[in-house]
Amino acid sequence: MSKGIFQLGPLTCPSCIKKIETTLNKTEGVESAKVMFNSSKVKTEFDESQVNASQLEETIKKLGYPVLSSKVL
Amino acid sequence: MTERIHHHKNHMTLLSGLIIAAAFIAKAFKMAEWSNVLLIAATVIAVIPIAIKAWQAIRMRVFSIELLVTMAVIGAVFIHEYTESAVVTFLFLFGDYLEVRTLQKTRSSLKELVDMAPQEATLLREDGTRQNISIDDVQEGHRLVVLPGGKIPVDGVIVQGHASINEAAITGESRPINKANDDHVYSGSILDTGYIEIIVEKVGDDTTFSKIIELVEEAQDSKSKAERFLDRFSNYYTPAVTLLSVLVYIMTRDVHLAITFLVIACPGALVIGAPVSNVAGIGNGAKNGVLIKGGDIMGNFAKVDTLVFDKTGTLTKGKPEVTDLHTFTFMPTDKILGLVAKAETISEHHLGQTIVKEAERKGMDLNSYTISESEAIKGHGITATVDGYSIVAGNRKLMNTERIEISSDATQYAVNREKAGNTSIFIAIDNHLVAIISIADQVRDDAKVALEDMRENGIKRIVMLTGDNRHTARAVAKQLGIDEFHAELLPNEKVEYVKKLKEQGAIVAMAGDGINDAPAIATADIGLAMGEGGTDVSMETADVVLMADKLSQYAHAYSLSKATIRNMHQNITIALAVVVILILGVLAGQLHLAGGMFIHEGSVLVVILNAMRLIGFKTKASQKLNKQNHKVRESYVS
Repeated sequence: MSKGIFQLGPLTCPSCIKKIETTLNKTEGVESAKVMFNSSKVKTEFDESQVNASQLEETIKKLGYPVLSSKVL
Repeated sequence: MTERIHHHKNHMTLLSGLIIAAAFIAKAFKMAEWSNVLLIAATVIAVIPIAIKAWQAIRMRVFSIELLVTMAVIGAVFIHEYTESAVVTFLFLFGDYLEVRTLQKTRSSLKELVDMAPQEATLLREDGTRQNISIDDVQEGHRLVVLPGGKIPVDGVIVQGHASINEAAITGESRPINKANDDHVYSGSILDTGYIEIIVEKVGDDTTFSKIIELVEEAQDSKSKAERFLDRFSNYYTPAVTLLSVLVYIMTRDVHLAITFLVIACPGALVIGAPVSNVAGIGNGAKNGVLIKGGDIMGNFAKVDTLVFDKTGTLTKGKPEVTDLHTFTFMPTDKILGLVAKAETISEHHLGQTIVKEAERKGMDLNSYTISESEAIKGHGITATVDGYSIVAGNRKLMNTERIEISSDATQYAVNREKAGNTSIFIAIDNHLVAIISIADQVRDDAKVALEDMRENGIKRIVMLTGDNRHTARAVAKQLGIDEFHAELLPNEKVEYVKKLKEQGAIVAMAGDGINDAPAIATADIGLAMGEGGTDVSMETADVVLMADKLSQYAHAYSLSKATIRNMHQNITIALAVVVILILGVLAGQLHLAGGMFIHEGSVLVVILNAMRLIGFKTKASQKLNKQNHKVRESYVS
């Protein structure tokens, strides 16, 4: 299980949280996804054999939230 | 393409605003055709970024507020309400822009901290040359150099040099402190003057500084009860109002009214009102050296009415000091101190070590004495021969067993000192009592002011629990005006007391240090730990951490929690009132699309601005202290 942290641009509407969380949680291989509204970060745990960090980054981008930086632990 | 549009969102907002202005001018000159064309253009420009967001969400099968607005705007164009459609889209984008700007302000405290994170380090290589390297390349065990004005890049221990260091990023305390060999230094602090070489102990996410930032981030995003309530409310509110708009359309066939319902279905202030207060409050705490770990804790903390303190290390400095050396002979005090200190070098007891430290502090060279025949008598004291003098130093019992007579004067003196909170150590040289050394663990300088401040803010009862003896406990309790104290307690007895207080209905905050207080801290409603520059255990188990070990920070945190909760209640009231006004306004037919959007965006800004007041929050006591410091500084200058 890997841990990925994505820094987004400043989030403003709390409804973004649900949008990103539900989408990521529906993605295959994602164990958990949590959006931190105030620090505008997404914390995810995912199975690297099924999905990789850049795919997740792409998903978030497609939702309309540019990813500024990402870190995989 | 979509990224380009997103990038230019602010420009598009400005453009649509200008076109709307032009359209109103055209209307004023009775050019209705032109006016409508301009308004349609403005609508199209402003709706593009909103519609894209809505589409992106639909594609992922998620419902969004942008979708509501897009539907409402399309509906408005459909019924030829061009003014409404243009103004609604513009207000939505402009509101979003203002929200980003103001929200960043409420988050600024944490950002200031994050920005203090060091980016590079100066490596000292074995051949003595220096090399600047990126912070990511620093490894445990590296030897680094820090120069004046430089940031300490990692957590480490000083192996060479000394310096005065500003640790404000960690402790919130901006007065520099002096550090030398074997002292620990923390990432994020700034070297004021001096020069040090350090060995790296912790890097990256393991440093105290990184942990603080992570804790604050987690805290700001952990939801309070009020937030969870509002979340649930808006979960029902949005679908309910959307459904209502469909019903309204079916019943009245009034498209206009139905669309207006759609726009007011976005409960902006409702969802953002409580979190912004928390973010600003927790951010203020972090900047002042207090970590409050989340919205729920903020809420409980504000309700606390009973404070429980550990004594040693919490109310007192935890560092015993010699407060007096009283002699009964003509032998000079310095000579007595030197002989006793030399004898005490064999003692492992902290009181003995305190005497050694006092001698060292006075610049005595203990190596110039010679010691022979020494013995430490556990729980009593020591006997030794120093420079040919026979020294006995210890408590009354030791004097008795060594058959040394204590005069009634000396007895009286010792009892008086003990009642004042000291421990008395009897000193005999060549079988005669020559002196009594008083040692006390002094109360923290800011303790009295801090306790008074918290009492003013609503604390009803202050209790002290200590493992120390009754005399000392009474002296400290009296000095600080503490309501009740219980002495000679074991850690599990402290837990019992905290439980008892809770059973009596008190909301208890327990403050302590060290591992022995951990169970009591965990039992209390709010557990406070003195961070001592951030030991891992205290930072993880406590609800509130005081990073600079100052009780004035405690007082600050307490009134901050009250102010934050007050602020949150104001925001919730504003948000709920706005919902009521919007619904009533629409039902009464007084409120249209643009007006609804205006109130909606306006209320969001109002709650954010209200929360921003917390960023600069200061307690009356800290203002007083600052003023005093300022006066002192001025008097030095003049």
